[in-house]
Amino acid sequence: MASAATSTSRGRPEGSLGDRIGRRVGHLALPVFTSLAIFYLLIPIIVMIVFSFNKPSGKFNYTWNEFSIDGWLHPLDWPGLPESLLASLGVALLATVIATALGTLIGLALTRYAFRGRGLLNGVIFLPMATPELVLGASLLTLFVATALPPLRGNVPTLYPTGFSTILIAHVMFNISYVVVTVKARLAGFDRRLEEAAMDLGANEWVTFWKVTFPLILPGVVAAALLAFALSIDDFIITSFVSGTQNTFPIWVYSIIRNALPVQINVIGSIIFLVAVGYVSLTTIRSAHAQR
Amino acid sequence: MATVTGAAPQPGLRQLIGRAVPYLLLAPGIAWLILFYAIPSLQMFLYSVSTGSLEEGFVLSFTPDAYVKGITQFRTQFGNSLLYGGTATVLTIIIGFPVAYTIAFRGGRYRNLILFMVIAPFFTSFLIRTISWKILLGDEGPLLGPLKHTIGILPGTFTLTGTPVAVVAGLTYNFLPFMILPLYVALEKIDVRLIEAAQDLYATRWGAFRRVTLPLALPGVFAGSILVAIPAMGDFVNAELLGSPQTRMIGNVIQNRFLIQNDYPVAAALSFILMFGILAAVTIYARFLGTERLTG
Repeated sequence: MASAATSTSRGRPEGSLGDRIGRRVGHLALPVFTSLAIFYLLIPIIVMIVFSFNKPSGKFNYTWNEFSIDGWLHPLDWPGLPESLLASLGVALLATVIATALGTLIGLALTRYAFRGRGLLNGVIFLPMATPELVLGASLLTLFVATALPPLRGNVPTLYPTGFSTILIAHVMFNISYVVVTVKARLAGFDRRLEEAAMDLGANEWVTFWKVTFPLILPGVVAAALLAFALSIDDFIITSFVSGTQNTFPIWVYSIIRNALPVQINVIGSIIFLVAVGYVSLTTIRSAHAQR
Repeated sequence: MATVTGAAPQPGLRQLIGRAVPYLLLAPGIAWLILFYAIPSLQMFLYSVSTGSLEEGFVLSFTPDAYVKGITQFRTQFGNSLLYGGTATVLTIIIGFPVAYTIAFRGGRYRNLILFMVIAPFFTSFLIRTISWKILLGDEGPLLGPLKHTIGILPGTFTLTGTPVAVVAGLTYNFLPFMILPLYVALEKIDVRLIEAAQDLYATRWGAFRRVTLPLALPGVFAGSILVAIPAMGDFVNAELLGSPQTRMIGNVIQNRFLIQNDYPVAAALSFILMFGILAAVTIYARFLGTERLTG
């Protein structure tokens, strides 16, 4: 395509002087500008990794002092850090499983069946995604913490104690819409004739689903699950409202940075980054091989 | 087909089950959303028209007191949200458009690699990225330190953290990928032959860009703006970590009122004003860009 574009422009009469200068500048300016923008996007990550090798002079890892691998040798060595990481992983795993299951079912219903209210639901399902996270978290807090509003008037300080389970409830809630949208995108190009063929060959609906439908939508379900996991493990704003005294990794980071900025934060951040990059690189390489 | 739309004279059991299938599939997920999204939202609304405190109990009085108080007391913070969030959105368009254009039309075999680098920030925590900005913009940090001492073009007292500039820089940074991706999707779909046709018809490069490429990219600009503006205007983390008490945004007020002061009515009213403000802005913006006509 690119070569076709150049050959046409060569065949055309040259434009005005300004046009030619514009073209010359455009050819150079765009890649330079893009490189600078990419640098802007990557520099905090570079800072994060570089400062994971710092030995801060005080409690705050804000200025470079001297090179050290202490943080990498003791990545969990800070009170509260291992527990918060474990809680984050637990919430993310459970929320991913539940949200992926519930969201996939909604996605199936929305794409494969005609029912009353489908059009409405197709729009409404975007609402949780369009609501500011702050509002999602705050409104859940008003549900859990109680509520002296009628009919619950009275001295009920907490209707439902905030903690691990309320974080899980919140994470499932905000993940469902993302799962539905991802699964729907995969189902959009789905060829129903494959299912009909299976039924014609004598398979019942249950067998057809597991042998034909499910394998075909599996990539979409996996993508949705990965997205849900990533959103869940990184969530701070919503979690900060419903966590109570339970720490997750982001909550722990936020609470500690008033008093200290341990190098371990950079180490864990770098590990998460490297694992994610490694995973994506591996799957990309594998799918490139599979295509060949 | 499992669905039965026509009126069958005597629906058998099988058909009844078939008709129930979509509702059965929907039930658990929708129940979750009703319980934990719709009901809390309704409850927030009830709080916003109530008076009282957590200790004495709230009274559902259906008065607009909290809204009046919210608007009159926190005009500055609403202004900050609008200004910082709006500036960040405009900046992401200015930075993101050339990047998306380059990836879509000039990326060649590096296209996927550049896209990968655009989403790389998502592979690390939002909080840690913002903390990295704090390190980066710090008074003696990697950026200002050399400018002050080695190069010496800035006075020793120059500071960025705590200023609106730092907050906007953080917001722009954190939400830039949300602008680049939809822009890329919109630009990538454009048939290059349309641009060539314009140039064959003696449009200048700029003319072809303005009359062909830009209008076709507008849905991407629209989608990106929504994805950036909603979280940016409701954000409180950037203002908290990179700003100062003077740069508080409405998100900081809402968070503080809910979690520390337990002033639910005002906090709920502020949330609703924020939400409807965003909704109104999106509607006006859609009219202005004429996106409906374009995507039609």
